[in-house]
Amino acid sequence: MATFTLPKNSTIGQGQIFKAEPGAKDVRAFKIYRWDPDTGDNPRTDTYELDLAQTGPMVLDALIKIKNEVDSTLTFRRSCREGICGSCAMNIDGLNTLACLKPIEDVKGDVRITPLPHMPVMKDLVPDLSQIYAQYRSIEPWLKADTPAPPDEERRQSKEERAKLDGMWECILCFCCSTSCPSYWWNGDRYLGPAVLLAAYRWIADSRDEYTGDRLDNLEDPFRLYRCHTIMNCTRACPKGLNPAEAIGKIKTLMVERQG
Amino acid sequence: MRTPLGRVRGLGSAKSGTHHWWMQRVTSLALLPLTLWFVYAVISLSGASFAQTRNFIGHPVNAVLMLALIGLTFHHINAGLQVVVEDYVRAERSRIGILLLIRGACWLAALISGFAVLRVAFT
Repeated sequence: MATFTLPKNSTIGQGQIFKAEPGAKDVRAFKIYRWDPDTGDNPRTDTYELDLAQTGPMVLDALIKIKNEVDSTLTFRRSCREGICGSCAMNIDGLNTLACLKPIEDVKGDVRITPLPHMPVMKDLVPDLSQIYAQYRSIEPWLKADTPAPPDEERRQSKEERAKLDGMWECILCFCCSTSCPSYWWNGDRYLGPAVLLAAYRWIADSRDEYTGDRLDNLEDPFRLYRCHTIMNCTRACPKGLNPAEAIGKIKTLMVERQG
Repeated sequence: MRTPLGRVRGLGSAKSGTHHWWMQRVTSLALLPLTLWFVYAVISLSGASFAQTRNFIGHPVNAVLMLALIGLTFHHINAGLQVVVEDYVRAERSRIGILLLIRGACWLAALISGFAVLRVAFT
C-alpha cells in the first residue's frame, strides 16, 4: 500500500526556541523543519522569533535573516530572490510556493515552513531532486527535428504558433506543483508529475518540433501520464500562475485524437 | 546503484492507457441517461406485481436498455476500481492479483444480472 503515515525515524519532534531580542516591536514566530543527516536524530521543529520591523517583507528575507543573525546552521536553497530561479521552493503555511515571492504578511499567525512534501530530505529545507530532474531529462526537453534549420537563419514560427507556448515556457522547474500532487506522492517513481508533463507538452505544442508522435508514445502509459486525476493541486500551487493540469488535459486529448 | 535516469526510463512506456481512460469517460456519459431511466423505472414499478414487472422488462426496449445499463455499469465499476488499485497498491504481485479479482467479480456480477434480465424477460 501507499504509505500514509510517517516512518518512525521521520516523526517530527519539538526543537529549540530562539526568542526575539528584548524590545522587539512586531514579533512573529517562524516554525521551521530541521533535520541533520549527520546526527541520525529525528527531525524537529525549531522556532525562531523575529522582529518584523527589522525583517524584509518576504519569507525568504526572514530565512536569510535567521541564517545570518540567529542560527547559521539553518540550511535552505536560494539564489535569485525574485522568483526566476526556483531554488527556494518549500512548503509555507501549508502551501508549496517560493519563499522569495511569499509575503510574510500573507501568513496569519506562526509561519510554518517545511521542505517540499514527500521528497527525500538532504538537510533541513533542502530536498533531493535528482529523480525529478531525471524525469525531466527523460522527456527530452529540447527541440528535435530532422529537417535542418534554414542556412544562416533560425527556424521560423508564426505568431499564432509561438503563442501556443505561452503559459509553458515560463515554468522555472521549482517543482511546487509536482510535490503538491497526491498522485505524485504515491507513485512518483513512475508518474511523471505535473511539472514534467507541462514541460513535455511545451515540446509537443512546439510547431518547430518534428517528434510529436514519439513524444506522445513515450508518455502513453497508465503510470507516466494517466495517474493524473485532475486533482488540480498543481495549478493551485504554481507560484508563477501556470496551469499544468490544463497541459496534461491537452496531452490526453491528443492521445484520444491520434487513435482516430 | 542504478542512475536516476535509468530508473526513470525503467521498462519504457506501456504504450497503452488511453483506451482505458477514454472508455471511463464514454461509459460515464452513456450511464448518465441510462441511470436516470433506471431510477425512473424502479420508482414507477414500486408496488407493482411480478406480472407487471415481467411485462415491463419483457418489452424489447426496456430489456435492451437494462442489458446496456448492466454492461456499462460493471465496465465502469471495473475501470474505476482499477484506477484506485493502481493508485494505492504498490506491490506488483498484489496489484495484479487484486485487479484480476475485481475483474472477475465484475464479469460474474454482470453475467448474473444479464442472465436474470433475460430469464425474467423470456418467462
